[in-house]
Amino acid sequence: MLVRLLAAALVLLASGAPAAAQPRVVILSTTTSTQDSGLLDVLVPIFEQRTGYTVRTIAVGTGQALALAARGEADVTLAHAPALEKKYVAEGKLRNRRLVMYNDFVVLGPEADPARVRGERTAVAAFRRVAAAGAPFVSRGDGSGTNILELALWKEAGVTPAAPWYIESGQGMGATLGIADDRRAYTLTDRATFLAFRKRLALAIMVEGDRPLLNLYSVLEVDPANGPRVNAAGGRAFAEFIVSPGVQRVIEAFGVDTYGRPLFVPLAGRGDDDVK
Amino acid sequence: MDLLLDGVGQAAALLLAGDGEVWGILRLSLLVSGSATLVSLALGIPAGTALALARFPGRGLVVAAVNAGMGLPPVVVGLFVTLLLWRSGPLGGLEILYTPAAIIVAQVVIAAPIVAGMTLAAVQQVPRAFRLQLLALGASRVQMVWVVLREARLPVLAAVMAGFGGVISEIGASMMVGGNIKGQTRTLTTAMVLETGKGNFDVALALSVLLLVVVFLVNWALTVIQQRSAQ
Repeated sequence: MLVRLLAAALVLLASGAPAAAQPRVVILSTTTSTQDSGLLDVLVPIFEQRTGYTVRTIAVGTGQALALAARGEADVTLAHAPALEKKYVAEGKLRNRRLVMYNDFVVLGPEADPARVRGERTAVAAFRRVAAAGAPFVSRGDGSGTNILELALWKEAGVTPAAPWYIESGQGMGATLGIADDRRAYTLTDRATFLAFRKRLALAIMVEGDRPLLNLYSVLEVDPANGPRVNAAGGRAFAEFIVSPGVQRVIEAFGVDTYGRPLFVPLAGRGDDDVK
Repeated sequence: MDLLLDGVGQAAALLLAGDGEVWGILRLSLLVSGSATLVSLALGIPAGTALALARFPGRGLVVAAVNAGMGLPPVVVGLFVTLLLWRSGPLGGLEILYTPAAIIVAQVVIAAPIVAGMTLAAVQQVPRAFRLQLLALGASRVQMVWVVLREARLPVLAAVMAGFGGVISEIGASMMVGGNIKGQTRTLTTAMVLETGKGNFDVALALSVLLLVVVFLVNWALTVIQQRSAQ
């Protein structure tokens, strides 16, 4: 019986193998937030149906997503770290950076607000108060887009965050929110993940609507000169697809049925400074 | 506690409702880990047997390496296999990274030493005098090895269980070389991490219940075979 089971497994495997070997594959490296929000689960099947490509989505931190693309290990990347993206473009690793959409980050903190952050208009001022009070702050510490922004804010605030009040989780946004909640700490999060977790959290929004808290997502194509076997045509097809008017409308409507409000605002065809 | 009970209930509900995605994930996990176990048996049993019976200089070192390989951290295997399978890596031409085939490769690297190491121990347990006696009675070397393996079949089946149990519950390598792609390389364990990250603790719990049931059923089947042949 065991032998028969294993034989059946092998046959199944063999039948699945040709699909893996077919050349029309696009590798998309992207950030966990686009995957965790469920947006890609909506967009990717439309793209596959329309173009006949098969997409392999690699959802990792933005730092890793961009590094993979810059090495030619992906064909196209969807990221949210404008400064880092521009650096890769300047180095000639990635090209044709185009804005896709945005949402925003918020500074969260415990209801009791021990650092008296509530009421501050800017994230930088809020961070200064957290540091001055030595109140616990949980950082992703994982090189993600959120982490990169957070570090830029500390720099702007003129603070070098350090233990014991500064806690690095080394994990995704969801797990980090859990730790912040548990420690009654402050943290920086994208709004989409916060909305998804709100039921389980006692944390409240302290600062929002500050210009640096805008979360800009861009699509970048991989220069085929970066490595062997880059599917430049496939990467370009995905980039064209995600900034096309029809898909932008899909992005605009995404999340309304679950959260009562859209999670992302479409932004194709605009520049970095056009927002708000 | 309520969450735990809900998880068990939801696992049953998900399966009974014939949730296509969950069944697909379950099928892929069984397929990948089943194939990896099969390949590991094909490699590990001959290697373990040969190592148990042969005497050559440096054998101690090889045996130590196999035994150390039984504890290979999956995440290390994942990293090395990823680098090998990268487009710019030595095996990039295969273009199998982020496919089930890549996960099978990584899981074979994890399971083969487990099977080899346990086979080695099992075969070595068969008394040397018994082997010599077989040869003296006129058995060929191949016949001798066959009889010795038959003698050692109970611990060898234990090696199958250990190998399969190791890879079906492994996460680090599957995540790195598979990429946890929906409908393509999402396995029970990587799906669990994803659902936990999304805050869907109930779905994650349902998947863990499913994993436990699968591991139990497979080991139960193997145990039945093992104990039957023990009589």
